[in-house]
Amino acid sequence: MSDLKPEAFADYARRCWLVFGAVACTTFLMVGASYAPIGNRTVVIGLVLAAAVVNAGLVGAFLMHLLSERKTIYTVLAFTAVFFVGLMGLSIWAQFDHPKF
Amino acid sequence: MDIPYTVQPRPDTGVYNAKVGMWLFLASEVMLFGGLFSAYILLRVSAPPDTWPQGWLSVPLGTLNTLILALSAITTLMAWAACKARMFDRYKVYQGVTLLLALVFLSIKAYEYRDKLTHYTVTLKDGRIADGHLVSRDDTTVVLDGQFVESRAHLMNPKRHPAKHEEIRISMDEVKRLQNYGPAYNTFTALYFTMSGLHALHILGGMLVFAYLWGPGSRMWKTDPARFTNRVEIAGLFWHFVDLVWIFLFPVLYLT
Repeated sequence: MSDLKPEAFADYARRCWLVFGAVACTTFLMVGASYAPIGNRTVVIGLVLAAAVVNAGLVGAFLMHLLSERKTIYTVLAFTAVFFVGLMGLSIWAQFDHPKF
Repeated sequence: MDIPYTVQPRPDTGVYNAKVGMWLFLASEVMLFGGLFSAYILLRVSAPPDTWPQGWLSVPLGTLNTLILALSAITTLMAWAACKARMFDRYKVYQGVTLLLALVFLSIKAYEYRDKLTHYTVTLKDGRIADGHLVSRDDTTVVLDGQFVESRAHLMNPKRHPAKHEEIRISMDEVKRLQNYGPAYNTFTALYFTMSGLHALHILGGMLVFAYLWGPGSRMWKTDPARFTNRVEIAGLFWHFVDLVWIFLFPVLYLT
């Protein structure tokens, strides 16, 4: 982002508060989902984590400016994502890799 | 000797060096916390029924801390935007508010830790189990504000087995085992203290950097405002990452 004019600062601040509002809403959604009267615990956990992913997406996209970053940063993140998926994938694979007799 | 590309973007990467450095550091942090989250998932999924605690942490306090951290992420971004707009006074206000919010976050965390560390389970020699907050303890007697429970499984979900709390006096001669809800209590508390403790250390680290940039480090504004603004930006990136980690820690530890 190039230098801001003081009058543009107010606009930027307004956008920041909108993002905070959205983050607060998804936080309450997350808490609400955890109390939802759904018998299946897996569905509840899925809903809560889905709200957390939306929340994290808002922080990453708007607050960390990932919507408009350089290719270098996306490359770093792509490698991170591959290794992170590998880490989680191996954990899940190990969990279900029981010997069959 | 001048350090190159502290302000101007490096031609081959398109960004200044400290920003690439911070993103690489954050990538390593993703793997650090990723390892802990994967350990949590494995241990949580393989826990036998009625051995994993439910509702042990205060959801209202956790929600409040989530909102406080989200608000501090906004104020740190506003601090950076104020630098970009050459409004140094505003920068000081927003960065100061960020520091205060971080302090409130840590204070709430400390209160939660204290609550767990003063919560005891006492196993008596006759097999009974008492559970509650420690009122007093000396060489002869331990006093709890709590209840007797049928088994440890009843402790795993206090909402399913509600009971009236009362003062319980136990002679130390009757005590077989006295254990607080510290990291050694069970797998959940070990993970809770490790993950939230590591996160709290990150908060503390961020606070030190922000305090430096707010105090003595802000002198750079007079000599090199563009470089100072970049320092505020990368410190902010770290702070947003700390917020991101909490966004996942909160549901995993408090809600699921």
